[in-house]
Amino acid sequence: MSIWIDRNTKVVVQGITGSTAIFHTKEMLEYGTKVVGGVTPGKGRTIIEGVPVFNTVREAAKETGANVSIIYVPAPWAADAIMEAVDAELDMAICITEHIPIQDMIKVKKYMEGKKTRLIGPNCPGIITPEECKIGIMPGYIHKKGNIGIVSRSGTLTYEAVHQLTQKGVGQSTAVGIGGDPINGTNFIDVLKAFDKDEDTHAVIMIGEIGGTAEEEAALWIKENMSKPVVGFISGRTAPKGKRMGHAGAIISGGKGTADEKIQIMKKCGIEVADTPAIIGETLIKVLKERGMWNKSYKV
Amino acid sequence: MNIHEYQAKEILKKYGIQVPRGKVIFTPKEAEKAVWKVESDIAVVKAQIHAGGRGKAGGVKIAKSIDEVLMYTKELLGKRLVTHQTGSGGKEVKCLLIEEGCDIEKEYYMSFVLDREISRIVFIASEEGGTEIEQVAENAPDKILKEIIDPAIGLTPFQARRIAFGINIPDKVINEFVQLSLNLYRCFIEKDCIMAEINPLIMTMNEKLIALDAKLNFDANGLYRQEDIVAYRDLEEEDEKEIEASKYNLSYVSLNGTIGCMVNGAGLAMATMDIIKYYGGEPANFLDVGGGATEENVKAAFKIILSDKRVKGIFVNIFGGIMKCDVIAKGIVEAAKEVRVRVPVVVRLEGTNVLKGKEILNTSGLNIVAVNSMDHGAEKIVELVK
Repeated sequence: MSIWIDRNTKVVVQGITGSTAIFHTKEMLEYGTKVVGGVTPGKGRTIIEGVPVFNTVREAAKETGANVSIIYVPAPWAADAIMEAVDAELDMAICITEHIPIQDMIKVKKYMEGKKTRLIGPNCPGIITPEECKIGIMPGYIHKKGNIGIVSRSGTLTYEAVHQLTQKGVGQSTAVGIGGDPINGTNFIDVLKAFDKDEDTHAVIMIGEIGGTAEEEAALWIKENMSKPVVGFISGRTAPKGKRMGHAGAIISGGKGTADEKIQIMKKCGIEVADTPAIIGETLIKVLKERGMWNKSYKV
Repeated sequence: MNIHEYQAKEILKKYGIQVPRGKVIFTPKEAEKAVWKVESDIAVVKAQIHAGGRGKAGGVKIAKSIDEVLMYTKELLGKRLVTHQTGSGGKEVKCLLIEEGCDIEKEYYMSFVLDREISRIVFIASEEGGTEIEQVAENAPDKILKEIIDPAIGLTPFQARRIAFGINIPDKVINEFVQLSLNLYRCFIEKDCIMAEINPLIMTMNEKLIALDAKLNFDANGLYRQEDIVAYRDLEEEDEKEIEASKYNLSYVSLNGTIGCMVNGAGLAMATMDIIKYYGGEPANFLDVGGGATEENVKAAFKIILSDKRVKGIFVNIFGGIMKCDVIAKGIVEAAKEVRVRVPVVVRLEGTNVLKGKEILNTSGLNIVAVNSMDHGAEKIVELVK
């Protein structure tokens, strides 16, 4: 088991004719992901990487049975692409696109109210259930099937954590990148809830960064509700105030959203926080050992 | 993106919001002309820099005569103003806004901001105008009123009225306040703002509402459709290296330390700064070369780091996913051909094509210390710059 995606997930690629999308469509197919269709308005009835292209998401979903879309559409049109996926009643839309204007995302969030589609991202690496389904831009080969869930605002830090685990023989159930934008579709708590329910996830790594209060809220939720151990890491302790650190959402504004504040609350809520990004994997293993969970299924 | 106060006031004026009469000047000579535009008995001379806290730092002067205006103009132009937002180096004042003084009856605070936790724009107001809102939030949180705006409907007049009554706007100017609020909201939406603040909004003795100070902040992601806002960009207010980096789609932020960093991914780039500090060093910059960087981008990134005279060592920390390690290695080697590398360089490469990347560096003849993990790399570079 895993969360949200598995070997049966059928994927449609929105913006499939762009160069990045073509590259990653190939990568996803090689990983074994069932990419069943693509969408580019005006390019319907063509074929990319062996995948049929359609003019609209509705048409693609109807013809191929796709239930999830991945969006590579450039920023000025990305919000519209997300809403098209929502309108087609897909289970999930994963938006890789970076630099979507904030006001476009405010509209998207309003549009999504009461609709069934889950949005992951934007500005995220995607989601992967190792050895079953990869929907995103992450390097597939560093992952290994297993029982640790990962949720993160940062792509490369997710890769770091995954790599550290895999090297120590510890596999992952699902890794979800929720993205670095101030407004996103799926937040930490949504993912934590799913991991908590998932039988095959035994523990979770949560990677946050400066800006906003999503980590604080997640920590409080974990304290009240989570039955599984959570290990954390927060980047940006040395980030100056008022400066955007690469991600649109990574900014300390009005003195709020500092790393120290987040770490303090997470620790208070019983989350073990790694001091450096180099020991995220180690910290998780330490916690598993402390809780008597290590011998169960991790030793290689 | 930030703009100057005088620019923000130009925009507000276009939206029908009244601002004090004034003129912006860049040389002391212009001041003489500017004062004749001021019809009140007093004039205000305001330093224009991209930072708050100007008043307390001596950047805002009240002049009671033309001579005083000229005196303050000479004093402020060219001065480095240090406020709590500029850092210890301060910012050079390159222009001044000279405005007529206003008879203030009462000061208010109003702003529209993005509330990221609820994905909505929020209208915030207070009758405690003139002070920073963070301070009001601390001392008198019940004096701050909020209205959450429905993105499909926009700000409604009843919400603006509720705010107006809540902050005790006098009955006579309630309608004017409502109109002003609707105008400011329209400006926020049409110009892709992430913050629009009037503080203070004043009511004059003869019951007029005027935006005495204004701050507009724009969403960088919306600038592609805001040509007139882009025209307001003041490159002199920005760090030279940050401007250079933006030409190559590199995300760069200048810091005060001695260890230059080149990293891929914003999260890892921040974490790299943190780990340098953890081992006792100080990072000189944040630099994310991005996921799809080319050899050319990497070369530019390396040169930008080397152009920082404070840099005594460089730590390259790459986790190649989509970004391939050999591309990074080639970029570094190419950069080193053009600029002499006088400082130690520690490189940690991991991920896609890592062996190719390492080989390129090893056979380049460059003095590079290769390490196998991020913590060893951080430890090593800290040791080398000491």
